[in-house]
Amino acid sequence: MLRDVTLGQYFPGDTIVHRLDPRTKLTLTLIYIVALFLAVDYFSYAVMIVVLAACIIISKIKLRVILRGVKPLLIVIIITGLLNLFYTKGEPILSFWIIKITVEGIKRAVFMILRIVMLIMGSFLLTYTTSPVALTDGLESLLSPLKKLRFPVHELAMMMSIALRFIPTLIEETDKIMSAQKARGANFETGNLFQRAKALLPLLIPLFISAFRRADELAVAMESRCYNGGEGRTKMKSLHMAPRDWIALFLGALLLAGMIVMNVYKI
Amino acid sequence: MAPIIKTENLRHLYSEGTPFEHVAIDDINFSAEKGEIIGIIGHTGSGKSTFIQHLNGLLKPSSGRVLFNGEDIFSSKTFTHEVRFKVGLVFQYPEYQLFEETVYKDIAFGPKNMKLSEEQIDISVRGAAEFVGVDEELLNKSPFDLSGGQKRRVAIAGVMAMQPDVLILDEPTAGLDPSGRDSIITNILRYHDATGCTIILVTHSMEEIARSVDRLVVFNKGHIMMDGAPSEVFEHDEELRSVGLSVPEVSLVAKRLRQLGLPIDRSVYTVEQAKKALLAVRGGAAGAP
Ligand SMILES: Nc1ncnc2c1ncn2[C@@H]1O[C@H](COP(=O)(O)OP(=O)(O)OP(=O)(O)O)[C@@H](O)[C@H]1O
Ligand SMILES: [Mg+2]
Repeated sequence: MLRDVTLGQYFPGDTIVHRLDPRTKLTLTLIYIVALFLAVDYFSYAVMIVVLAACIIISKIKLRVILRGVKPLLIVIIITGLLNLFYTKGEPILSFWIIKITVEGIKRAVFMILRIVMLIMGSFLLTYTTSPVALTDGLESLLSPLKKLRFPVHELAMMMSIALRFIPTLIEETDKIMSAQKARGANFETGNLFQRAKALLPLLIPLFISAFRRADELAVAMESRCYNGGEGRTKMKSLHMAPRDWIALFLGALLLAGMIVMNVYKI
Repeated sequence: MAPIIKTENLRHLYSEGTPFEHVAIDDINFSAEKGEIIGIIGHTGSGKSTFIQHLNGLLKPSSGRVLFNGEDIFSSKTFTHEVRFKVGLVFQYPEYQLFEETVYKDIAFGPKNMKLSEEQIDISVRGAAEFVGVDEELLNKSPFDLSGGQKRRVAIAGVMAMQPDVLILDEPTAGLDPSGRDSIITNILRYHDATGCTIILVTHSMEEIARSVDRLVVFNKGHIMMDGAPSEVFEHDEELRSVGLSVPEVSLVAKRLRQLGLPIDRSVYTVEQAKKALLAVRGGAAGAP
């Protein structure tokens, strides 16, 4: 049910992709996204596909699982594809009524869809192979230069990790309350919009109450352990860059440079 | 008579098709007769809650069937919905499901969903509130202003008010003090005597249900390990201990006395019964020359 929402879900594993430092993975994902937007032609797309495929294979995450992340955005992807298909100027190969399909249109639509799908798959690969805690730790570390500008990096990261930590709890709770109300004959599935919105009250009220209660309890628990912000706070698992991280970053830089060259020379 | 609830080779997998997939219950064949009081007991994580959520169709079995009065509860959507009212399920820590402005309205949520008339709703709400010992004056209070124990009672009343044929309670006494526990169990038994419905009581504590149930079903690692009258089940005290369950102290004492040669019946496992049996033994001894 609700629990099967995979957005941002972490699949534990022990592959080299899992073991990379989260900072490395964040940087590489950024590089990957930039490279994806630099790709302009068959060869460059082929390179990107090979890179993504290699990462997926090494991470041992099933393709089916990664593709599941694409599903919710299917409609957006299809519409984008169709818009590109119909509204690209060029040599028409097929035309009826007001619709003209051009070779360029087909090419652009295919590239556009590829780009979006690969973008999603790449980002999901990051969240599938990196635990939320590692992810926020990495983000905090990468953003720490902003502390100089009095930007509350630590607080932001803490809020993010608490939010991530509580998503599964809240989903579980939602499941439970939903079941309990269904056991009393509540109906969440049928009725018009107004009826459905009203049917949600027995779910939302207990959920909010318990969320506030949890927030309260957590705040007390943190304060009673003397939490007072990031100042001077150390970490149990501090991040370390291993040789494999530098190698991965070097490969990433190589990819980026290659894509820039290909973009400039339109390969 | 056909059992009111019956399951056939029930099996449930959580997170099917993901790396987290695991079997919560497997090969469960269970049946309950009308009017029976059944205790379900098992170690934490043994699949008790998973199992009972199948009995009113909240969870769909991965394989196997659940029959209510001989009919598969998933045979049609309308029947599944009907069964929800016939098989009342009180969840673990049910107080977190309260949401209405007043206790009265909250208890009335179930009956209202059954589309009963206002008078019928009023009768069932007041009846249910009385069974669980919720006073008249509490009915107009907000459920959030009650104590934990009172909330629990209101939540149980919310299910009783639907007047189900089978009432299932998942650890109704968890987290309450001994007197609160006693009174909730007493209330449930009183409800049983008044309505004649089937009761399924899930619990961790042997002592608690030993004296109230006709039959005990022991769950272990997703399977039914034992199923029988309490006295039969308590005989296997070694096995029970090996899966992290205890038997009532009294039944251990009785067993030891039996080993010492006293004629104490195997069906002795409550203090009351033990007292009677011991007095009988002494009476018998005094009667002998
Ligand atoms: N919604 C769920 N998703 C995935 N796994 C679950 C879910 N609910 C329970 N489980 C798992 O299924 C198994 C059985 O759980 P269940 O809640 O039925 O046990 P229980 O006997 O009721 O335990 P307790 O006495 O602690 O309430 C456990 O291993 C549990 O981790
Ligand atoms: Mg349970």
